[in-house]
Amino acid sequence: MSATVITVTSGKGGVGKTTTAANLSVSLAMLGQRVVAIDADIGLRNLDVVMGLENRIVYDLVDAVEGHCRLRQTLIRDKRLSELYLLPAAQTRDKTAVTPEQMVELCDQLRPDFDFILVDSPAGIEQGYRNAVAPADRVLIVTTPEVSAVRDADRIVGLIEADLKGPPSLIINRLNPEMVQRGQMLSMDDVVEILAIDLIGIVPEDKEIIISSNRGNPVALDGKSAAGLAFRNIAGRIMGQDIAFMPLKGGGSVFDRLARFIRG
Amino acid sequence: MGLLDRILGRRQPTSSDIAKERLQLVLVHDRSNISPAVLEKMKDELIAVISRYVEIEAAGVEVAFTHSRTENRLVANIPVVGPSGRAAPGQPSRRSRPSG
Repeated sequence: MSATVITVTSGKGGVGKTTTAANLSVSLAMLGQRVVAIDADIGLRNLDVVMGLENRIVYDLVDAVEGHCRLRQTLIRDKRLSELYLLPAAQTRDKTAVTPEQMVELCDQLRPDFDFILVDSPAGIEQGYRNAVAPADRVLIVTTPEVSAVRDADRIVGLIEADLKGPPSLIINRLNPEMVQRGQMLSMDDVVEILAIDLIGIVPEDKEIIISSNRGNPVALDGKSAAGLAFRNIAGRIMGQDIAFMPLKGGGSVFDRLARFIRG
Repeated sequence: MGLLDRILGRRQPTSSDIAKERLQLVLVHDRSNISPAVLEKMKDELIAVISRYVEIEAAGVEVAFTHSRTENRLVANIPVVGPSGRAAPGQPSRRSRPSG
């Protein structure tokens, strides 16, 4: 068996790439998969803190690429899930420290030992992005229902198509069902219609995301969080399970809706 | 928005409607890879070509991308100089303009 390499990217920064990469890695590991999460954001690493593994880093991705250590030595085993590993980015270097070819080679070395390799891409469309996408078998594009994020996602869709990577899948993050219902936020249907790519998940806006990242415990580990469930559902879909999109609450009672209708 | 308007279905666009509309238009431009400067050059060339055959009001020419649910279009709006009281097609015109 050889691992599937999945790159999480977005174009725009701050839409939740790292949170998504961390939570999908955790969710896939919870499904019994052997997973390595690679932080490809050299110079601005964050996957380590989101996963709560920042204190264990000895060697990083650039050390392995430059031959300062063996690849196996860079891998940090997760403290909660025994089949989950993190390969941290270097913090003192920049995107030019590795090439797309080196990323492909690095992933090829990891493939035999894992089921999934998740690559957390930096924002932008420059070399860091190209490094992250080069080894991908599959690309997940994260966007939020905002004009700027959707526009940048569209740019990435175009670049992925030009790269002949196969169709990317879309994750809509931080959707607020109440705002959608009031006509104050682009809906899932709007975003899917505009970008015209397959939707693989919708993650509702959830305060637990911030609370869990404060603690370094990805929200997917939290059985009660709506966002956590959304990430676990996406992991299931990646595994080929047929999981319906969860109904987004937000209507309230008939009286609430009537009141909203009258108020306008 | 007034209650009467809502009951009669006269709906004003919400901010999400506006967001969608703006996004669709900006993406037509982004996807076309045609910069505003190129579009302007194309407009000037169109004016030059069409002016050889029809007298047009160059200052009023508009060339822009538009979109609908099913297709994107490059629409050129070209005002023609001439009398407004034209005859219907098929009937002899009341007045013919000198050519050239």
